[in-house]
Amino acid sequence: MTYIGGSVHRIEDTALLRGEARFAADLSFPGQLHMRVVRSPVACGRLLGVDASGAASLPGVEAVWTSADVADVPPIDFRMTRTPGLEPYRQPILAEGMVRYVGEPAAVVMADDAYTAEDAAGLVFLDIEELDPVLDPVRGGGRAVEAAVLEKGYGDVEAAFEGAAEVVEMELAVGRHSGVPMETRGALARYDPMTAAIEMFGAAKVPHYNRSAIASMLGIPAARVVLREGCVGGGFGIRGELYPEDVLVCLAAWRLGRPVRWVEDRREHLMAANHSRDQVHRIRAAVDPDGWVRGVEDEFWLDQGAYVRTHAVTVADLTASLVPGPYVWPAYRVRGRVRLTNKTPCGTYRAPGRYEGSFVRERLMDVIARRLGLDPAEVRRRNLIPAGDMPYDRGVDALGSSVVYDSGDYEALLDRVLEYLDYEQLSDGLAERRAAGESVGIGFGYFIEKSGLGPFDGVRVTVDEAGQAVIVTGVSSVGQGVETALAQICADHLGVPLEAVRVRCGQTDDLPYGMGSFASRVTVMTGSAVLIAARRVREKALDAAAPVLEAAVGDLTVEAGRVFVKGSPDGPGVTLAELARRLRPGAGPAAGDGEDDREPGLTAEGWFEAAHMTYPYGLHTAVAAVDRDTGEVRVERFVVAYDIGRAVNPGLVDGQIVGGAAQGIGGALLEEFVYDEAGQPLAVGFMDYLMPTLHEMPPVEVLLSEDAPSPLNPLGVKGAGEGGITAAGAAVANAVADALGRPEGITRLPIRPDLVRRLADG
Amino acid sequence: MKPARFDYHQVRTAAEAVSVLAQSGGEAKVLAGGQSLVPAMNFRLARPEVLVDINRVAELDRLTDEGEILRVGSMVRHAAFERPVDDGPLGRLLSMAARHVGHLPIRIRGTFGGSLAHADPAAEWCVIARLLDAEMVAAGPGGDRRIPASEFFHTVFTTALEPDELLIEARLPKPSPSAKVGFKQFSRRAGDFALTMAAAVVEVRGGEIAEARIALGGVSDRPVRAPGAEEMLRGRPLPPSSSSSSSSYTAFADAAEHASGEVETIGDIHGSARYRRDLIRVLTRRALEQAAAQ
Repeated sequence: MTYIGGSVHRIEDTALLRGEARFAADLSFPGQLHMRVVRSPVACGRLLGVDASGAASLPGVEAVWTSADVADVPPIDFRMTRTPGLEPYRQPILAEGMVRYVGEPAAVVMADDAYTAEDAAGLVFLDIEELDPVLDPVRGGGRAVEAAVLEKGYGDVEAAFEGAAEVVEMELAVGRHSGVPMETRGALARYDPMTAAIEMFGAAKVPHYNRSAIASMLGIPAARVVLREGCVGGGFGIRGELYPEDVLVCLAAWRLGRPVRWVEDRREHLMAANHSRDQVHRIRAAVDPDGWVRGVEDEFWLDQGAYVRTHAVTVADLTASLVPGPYVWPAYRVRGRVRLTNKTPCGTYRAPGRYEGSFVRERLMDVIARRLGLDPAEVRRRNLIPAGDMPYDRGVDALGSSVVYDSGDYEALLDRVLEYLDYEQLSDGLAERRAAGESVGIGFGYFIEKSGLGPFDGVRVTVDEAGQAVIVTGVSSVGQGVETALAQICADHLGVPLEAVRVRCGQTDDLPYGMGSFASRVTVMTGSAVLIAARRVREKALDAAAPVLEAAVGDLTVEAGRVFVKGSPDGPGVTLAELARRLRPGAGPAAGDGEDDREPGLTAEGWFEAAHMTYPYGLHTAVAAVDRDTGEVRVERFVVAYDIGRAVNPGLVDGQIVGGAAQGIGGALLEEFVYDEAGQPLAVGFMDYLMPTLHEMPPVEVLLSEDAPSPLNPLGVKGAGEGGITAAGAAVANAVADALGRPEGITRLPIRPDLVRRLADG
Repeated sequence: MKPARFDYHQVRTAAEAVSVLAQSGGEAKVLAGGQSLVPAMNFRLARPEVLVDINRVAELDRLTDEGEILRVGSMVRHAAFERPVDDGPLGRLLSMAARHVGHLPIRIRGTFGGSLAHADPAAEWCVIARLLDAEMVAAGPGGDRRIPASEFFHTVFTTALEPDELLIEARLPKPSPSAKVGFKQFSRRAGDFALTMAAAVVEVRGGEIAEARIALGGVSDRPVRAPGAEEMLRGRPLPPSSSSSSSSYTAFADAAEHASGEVETIGDIHGSARYRRDLIRVLTRRALEQAAAQ
């Protein structure tokens, strides 16, 4: 065991750093067509007709399609949470009869080059009778369709509120933001008449699912669609879901018999790819004088936008399940309302439901502390689930399985953070600065993450005759370091150098099954599968080596790609390369005539299944300074403590956390998809959708903790992809409220400077 | 994200540029650093039929110090001002402002003249031109003409330049060597167009403010002056340098308060009109304090 736990450099970086890596827009095929999407310019209206004659007659235009041309293709189905009754709200690949948000695909143009395609798109006339859009899911005057209502809970909420010393009630909201990968979406499809198969490059996140979904929509067997992932420039939940454009390029390549390429531009991306967050919560807590929370009742509204996309009600479901977070809260009841509006449809974005729920819960806990005159850290401590109660059945389900926190010592992590901060001294220092006229404050955000979503993942590990190990996976890589982490696990458990390991991701013809890269699941699920497969290959190698070395299998070991007798690394041995040659079909002493019942090659598959998720946990601390005159918020310090059970590569975990924190701070202070009263999106470029830059980011201090390995997988790991963002909004909001001396002042993210200024004025 | 079709002319002299502009019947755009025009064309918000590229016009890429006046050629890049171009207050002021212009790659490509001709009301150089009462020199078919800053900026993205005119230089009058300058702005992120910016020049004689100039950007449809506030400061003593921000000295705060009332502010998604008035008050005071502290 040498690689797991080490911050080895990423094995996938060489090509990326040299600029040699290929992303979707780097690919081209001879004779390709360029697709341009004609999008609705209005938020809501009857689509009375589409006049494509001008566009179709432009030289270089191959085809212009409207909904009539794709009438045989059903709308895009749900990948997650099969809630009945949502079918009417699925999105068609081209708008039919109605347009429901600005940016909705209403027609597509295929042309010989991208310029002509865009020229032609400008000539397609959409005849739309405009209608009043629905923009407020809470106060929409009853016009916002309620697609789903989720109800969960446990304990006796009425009893908790009866006779409570204090009831704290708040309305809290998180604005509309989303993951914004550096690489926009892109797809390039071609049809091979010899195999009658459609091949699409530019896949990401969930290629296997999307392969089956596209095949099903086009009415052909899954084997006749092959999805290929190249390098992916970030996922964050939104990239790689099945969107209308993916289906359209496949269909066009098939029908037109030419490769079809579509590369999204940033403006399209910000109005057409999934948005997220956008929730309003009304939450109330029944509290004892010592800060003990007796029970909580929450009702929230999720602005789903115009359609229910692939995630169905995943975000609402996770929100509802995880609002209680790390606290006991003996009674809890929640009602989540998923409502439709005339905005871009929503899906998941890094820590979906937890970013929102943590903001709500942790603002609430701060206000409880202030009302009772108690220290915020102390109120949190009193309510934490004790380590002795692990595993802890939360009493609700999430994504169809019961939420059972698998392991954790929440108080120990709080203590560790307070000690790291030197909390008393830090608080005294802030008090001194406040006395000197500065406006500075501190804020906490404790959170539970969830990770390792099943139900399965598998890999095949093969050592070739040159001694190179290849891991073929059914997952995908969105750039987070999947290849390196899996290679580390393989190298340790197989007994080969890291340099001898290669990883293949995201090709649907490699393995028949694959789940994909989301929900912080890859290291847990695929990592465990790699461990299983690597051990099997190792066993196979030992079996093959035993007769060669004339030793018992139990006396042998593998190190650095060579099998030898334990304790005698300098004695006789045989390399894995040599064993692979001996395991060739037709090779070795057992070879003969007829059926060979051996499995040839030094290869094995490993499959891992999980019925329950694992639950990492963490604590964010922000120190913020406010300029009372301008309303500017400066995050001075940002500390993320995160227990992930076991870190396969602490350097990569660090990177995940820092990147997540940047997104979380962006959501807390800057990022928002703003709409005007006509439903026009006003943030469709980076001048208006404000992502934090290095100037706005404090250095992120990461306290990686490995106190509570997961009992649910052989590595003991929990997912590390989302904990950097989860309670960032909560911690920053609490710090700003503290800095302003207005503990109840901040009720919405992002915290805009004009609001801060107004609060500072009193 | 692909521009509409256009013809492209690369010219070597200003006269050649003017001639192409004149032949294009108002359908041409001048390409300088391209930091605003090219994105606008890619979004198809701008669809010029003809582009006149002046990047190879050497005569426009120079600074000329004429003693009382600094002549800034249109093609001088923003980055040229990061380090003071002269030892006096003008060099200091331009350097303060340059640091706020976008980000480094933008400052390396973008030009002084391009920024003036684009006339974004939140552009630093437009505010500086208004502050100093600069003159813009336009070359046209009938020869050159000078346009004072007070008449140059008409509204957002609109100037006094005719379609067949090329902005060839800006003439910046230098404040006296003893003048004090201040420049403050607030944006939601570093490098963004400011929600509000305030620039100030304070001429001092005998310990008194002989003349104060205050210009504001990002608050209206063009860069504006705050004449009432300027007038209030004339003849007032400077604050003692050790207490430039002390509460006992209220002249700057009073002037800033006045400035916030004398400008008709406009709002957008990043800040309301009312918030911008608040920012004028804060930033004008801070710019004056910064000047006085020199």
